[in-house]
Amino acid sequence: MAKEIWVFAEQRDKELPGGVFEALGIARTLADSLSTKVTAVLLGDGIRELTGQLKGVDKVYLVEDKTLDSFNSERFSKVLAGLVQKENPLLFIFPGTANGKSLAPRVAAATGGGMVSDCNDIALTDGKLEFTHSILAGKGLAKANLDESVTGFVTIRPKAFERTEGNTGEVIEITPEASWLESKLKVKEFIAELSEKVSLEEADIIVAGGRGTGGNFGPLEELAEVLGGAVGASRAAVDAGWISYAHQVGQTGKTVSPKVYIACGISGALQHLAGMQSADVIIAINKNPDAPIFQMAHYGIVGDMFEIIPEIIAEVKKA
Amino acid sequence: MKSIVLIKQIPDTGEMSMDPQSKWLVREDVNKIINPFDTYALEEGIRLKEQHGGEVVALSMGPEHSKEALKEAIAMGVDASILISGDVFRGADAQATAYVLAKGIAKISEYDLIIGGIYTSDGATGQVGPAVAEHLGIPHITGVRKIREISETRIEVERLTDGGVEVVEAELPALITVVKEINEPRLTSLKGIMKAKKAEIPIWGMDDIEATEGRVGETGSKAKVIDTWIPQRSKDVEMLEGSAQEIGKAIVDKLKTAKII
Repeated sequence: MAKEIWVFAEQRDKELPGGVFEALGIARTLADSLSTKVTAVLLGDGIRELTGQLKGVDKVYLVEDKTLDSFNSERFSKVLAGLVQKENPLLFIFPGTANGKSLAPRVAAATGGGMVSDCNDIALTDGKLEFTHSILAGKGLAKANLDESVTGFVTIRPKAFERTEGNTGEVIEITPEASWLESKLKVKEFIAELSEKVSLEEADIIVAGGRGTGGNFGPLEELAEVLGGAVGASRAAVDAGWISYAHQVGQTGKTVSPKVYIACGISGALQHLAGMQSADVIIAINKNPDAPIFQMAHYGIVGDMFEIIPEIIAEVKKA
Repeated sequence: MKSIVLIKQIPDTGEMSMDPQSKWLVREDVNKIINPFDTYALEEGIRLKEQHGGEVVALSMGPEHSKEALKEAIAMGVDASILISGDVFRGADAQATAYVLAKGIAKISEYDLIIGGIYTSDGATGQVGPAVAEHLGIPHITGVRKIREISETRIEVERLTDGGVEVVEAELPALITVVKEINEPRLTSLKGIMKAKKAEIPIWGMDDIEATEGRVGETGSKAKVIDTWIPQRSKDVEMLEGSAQEIGKAIVDKLKTAKII
């Protein structure tokens, strides 16, 4: 049988982020094509019950220790590298979360594996895996192969892959070796900051504001709320101090690919477009008919967002 | 306090285009800049030196014209810059790059903190920082938006993560990658530009950093790029017109089509 496909089943406060299910989705698809197994690797403390939520897996490696309770890039990477060195999976898929992106490259370096970041497609062509990922801050795409004689590591772009149903797997408890748990690092506290329920990267819909909001994000927040989406912003709005950096979309912020992106009062600087142009549908509202955002948008409205947004909200509430 | 700042010279992504025949990205004749996130890393390194004394050094791996970026770092205020360059390093993926940078840092040998940008805007892999830390056997923290405290032996930072901020403490030496929120990079000063003009940038090769053949450049890369392209938009924008109410209704129809509602 071909070498296994592993998924890092990240948990935060005993909850699995959406990216874990998307990683399991593509892992299952690939494993079925290659006739191999999917193994989820779950690290934490007192998290056994989460194994029941991991669908489409053959096995779950459960590594529990009180020192693994909160994320620790050193400890987590040593545990994962230790497991990889013992079993040499073909591919190890990480969700494209802040922690996934922090861990995967370190584990790859520790084990001599290759890595592709931020994949939005993984396909099997002539028996070899091909990884498509964004380059140039979302403006371009590249396709790469990995040396399959060593373990390959990937992080996946949020929302790029379908989730899977399917069976839960056999849970195998693994006792971490003492040396894996040594660390010169400590997380002292966590401060929740985004007031929203939906994170920017995982949102199906993003309502984003720019200079044209004049700092009034209230209507945008309300629209995002009724649509179950998240609020984004251009660099101009963040630099003006109207909204926190965590909301910034673009070259020096986040790259997002929601189903719908509503750009309100955003002129559409190249640096902003790079971060959102892979949205399925882009709707732009701007007073300036010459704004570059209209060249990127699927639907454009030349008008005043403060007149139009309340009408959208009213219409959504009717629906 | 001695900091090493990792920087990369990249093509200005805003100016990139695609060769319609070969479908490959045109990199020549494109304006080259310091990777935007790395300018925040440079600023933070310079501030640490200003506040705590010591030294700040910029390190890069790349073609010889990367010297321009390293000179710009000196113009901003770093004390010295070093370039690792040579044909043997060409075509390196992020992991092979991290190996080379780690060997370069090992040659510098004494350091308290390594600072890099969280991503580069061209490759956007975000791999180099954590992988360098692994090779050096030191802790790393990604996405740092603030250094709360730093002493001879430890650092306490705020790390931007999903849904909030972690306060993380690490023993030094350590590696951090920074986000834009951490500071406002300074402009180069006239005095700095003069200093940069005169500065000699040493170029290190394989022998200098004692790297292992087969682990650098294209040969040492486990990831191989097969193709690159810029996706083209096939369809023109459809303008929605009418009263605010009519537009509101039209947008909701589009949201229904997209199965948002």
